[in-house]
Amino acid sequence: MKVVHYVNQFFAGVGGEEKATVGPEVREAPTGPGRKLASLLGDEHQIVATVFCGDDYAASNDAAPAEILELIKATGAEMLVSGPAFTSGRYGIACGRVAAAAHKAGLVALAAMHAENPGVAEAAPAPVVATGLTAREMGATLEKVALAVKKLASGQTLTPEDGLVGSIPRRNRLAESNAAARAVDLALTRLAGDRSATEIPMPDFGAVAPAGPVTDPSKALIALLTEGGLVPAGNPGRLESARATKWLRYPLEELPGLEEGSHVSVHGGFSTVVANENPNRILPLDVARELKDEGAIGSLYAEYFVTTGNGTSVADGARYGVEWAAELRKQGVQAAILTST
Amino acid sequence: MPIAIRVGAPRVVPTRGIPYPTGDPALGPKEEKAWRRLLVQTALRAISTPVNKPTVFKPGELTT
Repeated sequence: MKVVHYVNQFFAGVGGEEKATVGPEVREAPTGPGRKLASLLGDEHQIVATVFCGDDYAASNDAAPAEILELIKATGAEMLVSGPAFTSGRYGIACGRVAAAAHKAGLVALAAMHAENPGVAEAAPAPVVATGLTAREMGATLEKVALAVKKLASGQTLTPEDGLVGSIPRRNRLAESNAAARAVDLALTRLAGDRSATEIPMPDFGAVAPAGPVTDPSKALIALLTEGGLVPAGNPGRLESARATKWLRYPLEELPGLEEGSHVSVHGGFSTVVANENPNRILPLDVARELKDEGAIGSLYAEYFVTTGNGTSVADGARYGVEWAAELRKQGVQAAILTST
Repeated sequence: MPIAIRVGAPRVVPTRGIPYPTGDPALGPKEEKAWRRLLVQTALRAISTPVNKPTVFKPGELTT
């Protein structure tokens, strides 16, 4: 198969951040990581061209994917490979969008990036294979990409064993036995000791290494956070009641506690009547202030952060968590109490 | 609480109900505030304790 390879300006050798605004261009040969990929693909598949584009241009310009697609189609290639973008956000988004556009245009398309790259969500319906975190893992990543290219080129679909990540398209197929028989088989497999046997794998929440303990809370700056949708009356930031697309921050300074009417929960996943009668039931400001005044808490961070944890995607939730941690660290906060509804 | 442990929250203080994580409307105002205070004190105990995996800190009798 004739393959076209999409990379950013950095991997095309054009330049770094100072060249992130350059528009798309074509080179009639494998370039950068494409050279190694070409050698892994052997004689069966040829990289006939490399299309590259600056990260800013490609990720922040709505027309960029279509523009890049025109260049891809002009090369006469039957297949597009984008990346690997590892954990680079703009590059990953560009790789995802370019792969999606190529797939919709009828090309075989594949993107490669880290499973947590926001670009994974942009690639659908094109498949994404997971890579390592950084270009230090380029060698092993390209071997995986080459195997995926060969498999896709032969008309097969990728599976999680090939490194497929992101939303896995559902396809109907005829099972060998009916659901009742499969359920009994699965129960027997589990009883025989395979505790993870399943037809429907649960989402992987990853693992976060717990932070070390605070040496002395009576000297620490502590933040109060909640996913309970608690906002000042009137919901000035328009926080959603479900599938929150954002988190917000509101002041706590000067408030001894929260009062009925001053704050309300907009959470759509439970009855908020009880919480609204006394918002300290969601965010325990009243007793946190007391403990601060008594010296058990060094000081309270002057704001609280809030989102709505109701049908929120794991990816969005993880992103809010990372942003909260970064912001709190920047503000010198040593520990946080996050209430969960 | 089983969800918090399953998703890997490092330090978890179990409470009494989803709609009121730091309250309990079945109690009188004074008792409820004491319960909330105990939860926050338990949270302070949790953040001062080293953990290497998701760990539950039960609200218990505290001397402070």
